[in-house]
Amino acid sequence: MDKKQERELAGRMVEEIQRLAEGQGKLRFMEVCGTHTVSIFRAGIRQLLPENVELVSGPGCPVCVTADDYMDLAIAYAKREDVIITTFGDMLKVPGSRSSLGEAMAEGADIRIVYSPLDSLQVAKDNPGKKVVFLAVGFETTAPTAAATVLAAEQQGIGNLYLLSAQKLVPPALRMLLNDPEVHVDGFLLPGHVAVVTGTEVFDFLAEEYHMPGIVTGFEPLEILRSLCRLLQQKREGRAEVGNEYGSVVRKEGNPVSRRILEQVYEPVDANWRGIGRIEKSGLRMKEAYRQFDIRQVLPLAVASVQKKTACRCGEVLRGIVTPYDCPLFGKACVPTHAIGPCMVSVEGVCAAWYKYGSGRFTYGR
Amino acid sequence: MCLAVPAKVLEIKDSLAKVELSGVMRDVSLMLLPEAKIGDYVLVHAGFAMQVVEEKEVEEMNALFAEMNGAPRMVREAAEGGSGRLGQETRA
Repeated sequence: MDKKQERELAGRMVEEIQRLAEGQGKLRFMEVCGTHTVSIFRAGIRQLLPENVELVSGPGCPVCVTADDYMDLAIAYAKREDVIITTFGDMLKVPGSRSSLGEAMAEGADIRIVYSPLDSLQVAKDNPGKKVVFLAVGFETTAPTAAATVLAAEQQGIGNLYLLSAQKLVPPALRMLLNDPEVHVDGFLLPGHVAVVTGTEVFDFLAEEYHMPGIVTGFEPLEILRSLCRLLQQKREGRAEVGNEYGSVVRKEGNPVSRRILEQVYEPVDANWRGIGRIEKSGLRMKEAYRQFDIRQVLPLAVASVQKKTACRCGEVLRGIVTPYDCPLFGKACVPTHAIGPCMVSVEGVCAAWYKYGSGRFTYGR
Repeated sequence: MCLAVPAKVLEIKDSLAKVELSGVMRDVSLMLLPEAKIGDYVLVHAGFAMQVVEEKEVEEMNALFAEMNGAPRMVREAAEGGSGRLGQETRA
């Protein structure tokens, strides 16, 4: 499909969306994936939608929801002479309660940015005298890659590789949103790459228990538009189903090997989401059988986090209750080069997307 | 964080596959996708093949990623303070 055909197709989909939305009340759909957020803003989808259809972003960026006590702990490990930290690059700027990993790195901490958790194995082999700690952050998409790295370390007899896990699960966060009386959502664009691992059944509770439509969605603008059509069709007909519009890679059963490895290495634990708070059974910690790879077990550190009071409204932004424009810090004290709130830190954060692309609504002569 | 890209498997040795990713050769692990075969397009995330992609979708996805140019460009822009002035974004 060339650009021209793509544009024509998009135009037809937008017409279909307008037709389906006509006569319906105000509808709010939430995407729960930072990659969706970026794709939606980049493609300018928000300003193509009819006025009664609104897109809001949920807590779909794992970097943004990583709590500051976790960052404090990561920084404390980073400052030790006997530790090398390996991490995805987007964790460097995330604020802890006092500083960030980036600042620790500037002060001489040995922090290595990796593309894959597996790269940590080589770092561990090259530095047998050090403890190599991978900052395992991410949702179901990324968690199996860290777990597989642990299994590879076990297999290769590498004894100085550890995880510091802050990995999280998406379905419990959706449940929290639906139980929150402040949150108003009419349907979900469900995270496609999470579903590659989990399959679609973990989302069935949306329809079954909450009569809430959800569509597993890919990341192309056309795929997002098509999923919006599906959500609007369901609303129009009063249906609530969980559909899959990303069939090229999302199977009903997900990725069985990944699911098995997740179950083998981790167990669910209550987890703290930045700006949101504790969500029951929404985190992953390492099982007892793998405690020798868990840096929290092997080298426990007590770190006191300082509670900072700022005017940051990320907690409400992450639940779709307010927009970034409602935050007094947004675009003033809080900008991508000096982020105060986590939603501004990651390129996939809601505030970062609003800052970069504008609100994406009603700015083109409407 | 959950960004994943399609890549074609060119060689397989043990549980490592050589793939072509936007013209660059890379090793990715098949630990999570042992059933991948040479010639398959696989979805790659953080150095692991995560799923076999049905081929009809590959070209569409490639077009998107060529256009988006992936996350790294955005990281650099954000670090430089980039093109982030409100309402002044001009798209290439």
